Amino acid sequence: MTRNSPDTGGTGSTGSTGSTATEAELARVVRDHAGQLAAALMTLLGDFSAAEDLVQDAVETALRRWPVDGIPDRPDAWLFTVARRRGLDLLRRQENYRTKLEQLQWPVQPDPGDRLRLIFTCCHPALPRTAQIALTLRVVCGLTTAQIAAAFLTPEATVARRITRAKRKIADAAIPYRVPHDDELPERLAEVLAVIYLLFNEGYLSSTADRAHSRDLVDDAEWLTALLAGLLPNEPEIAGLLALIRLHRARTAARFDAASHLVLLQDQDRTRWNHEAIAAAAQLLTRTARRHRAPGPYQLQAAIAACHAEARRWEETDWEQILVLYDMLLLLQPSPVTRLHRAIALRYTRGIDPALAELAILADDLDRYPLYHATRAQFFREAGHTRRARAADQRALELTNNPAQQDLLQDRIAHGY
Amino acid sequence: MKYVLMFVDTPEFTAELEAMGPEEREQAYERVREWFATHADKFRGGIGSKLQGAHTATTVRLDGPDPVVTDGPFMEGKEVISGFSEIEVADLDEALRMVKTWPACPIVEIRPVES
Repeated sequence: MTRNSPDTGGTGSTGSTGSTATEAELARVVRDHAGQLAAALMTLLGDFSAAEDLVQDAVETALRRWPVDGIPDRPDAWLFTVARRRGLDLLRRQENYRTKLEQLQWPVQPDPGDRLRLIFTCCHPALPRTAQIALTLRVVCGLTTAQIAAAFLTPEATVARRITRAKRKIADAAIPYRVPHDDELPERLAEVLAVIYLLFNEGYLSSTADRAHSRDLVDDAEWLTALLAGLLPNEPEIAGLLALIRLHRARTAARFDAASHLVLLQDQDRTRWNHEAIAAAAQLLTRTARRHRAPGPYQLQAAIAACHAEARRWEETDWEQILVLYDMLLLLQPSPVTRLHRAIALRYTRGIDPALAELAILADDLDRYPLYHATRAQFFREAGHTRRARAADQRALELTNNPAQQDLLQDRIAHGY
Repeated sequence: MKYVLMFVDTPEFTAELEAMGPEEREQAYERVREWFATHADKFRGGIGSKLQGAHTATTVRLDGPDPVVTDGPFMEGKEVISGFSEIEVADLDEALRMVKTWPACPIVEIRPVES
């Protein structure tokens, strides 16, 4: 029995952490165990929806109890006990599940394949992207519906509806619970990585200097990618995404100044970057590149991030290399946003006029994209077109709802730099 | 698990088919026949039905006080259902694998049949 088991009520015990658990700690512990439990219950019950409900219930109970009682010594067993008891209660009428649950003992020997099946089911291409994201966060990472809603600034009822619909589709349309066959794997893995990449992006862009109250989705994204890398060690694009996320995280500390304002890459204090983490991520990327031919889009994006991260000073950035990498990326994934980023590399290798000409071509595609106008503004300013720069910044300001970006743009408009 | 495959035509696809010479069209039909032959074990009650063009459709709406009969398919749009087949396969992935190799019209909807 754990020191602070749900059965004893954990009266006043502080648990193994010795003090009130912080939110980040809770998130980490829940994430380390919730997916495992979901996978085990799913395998046992053969019913995705039922397994998912039980885990969600256990997680919610844990998040109510642990801040008060402390995190138990064996969080996995604790969650399991709650899920099992709840299951026996809930499934009273379903004899078949009941018997299975009664037989289940913890710890179950986790089959690594279970988690993989879970991830691939959550990210099945027959589910809408928003549901894939919500399911993955809830089932694999153990987030509650409320936490997901807060992270995406979406009403909780909307997230709940997405999850309910997705679970119903999984059951009714017979979306299988399995790891895809080898011939489907590249496509299905791309789907999973796209979901994780979106999580990462959302977390990265919505981050502010003060993250005390928001769930760190970047953390979840990195954790998921690392989990996937362990389960499928020979997939170069997983390593690519992992390197990409780590290269960004390694520079997080310098993204905001003392007054909590967003600092652009060129103005960042690079001594505040985590150079050890940068070197490790770059090494992971090199190792992966050596073992596989033709890098995929995540490896290319990571290589671009590495070019930035490895430059000691902004002036030492290897723009020629970055331009080549963007060209390769565009061959694999033509997209206006990638062309926009490439235009910045063009600015530093070929000059401002070719870069502005490139931006002009993208005008229709990116008219509603704030970064497009902010980039134009910067180029205009550097070319001495102050008024056009200000107009472009104004347009970017109208389009963004990211507070950190708003601050920065307002500053630029006010001070004309 | 039973699913109905609904085959959907677009004006572009119809035009493409009409522009084909007799030989080319025969080859296109042959690819369809081959596809049905490859998956013969999955069809229930025959390989399904090809429907006549949308201009032959009549729709009856029963949600008003009186039934209303109108000319044309129930959904206004360029994409029209041109045929359907009922299949029996293990799960959605098997249905997807099969449908991904479909050689003719550009859209196929997969819908599970209520059990």
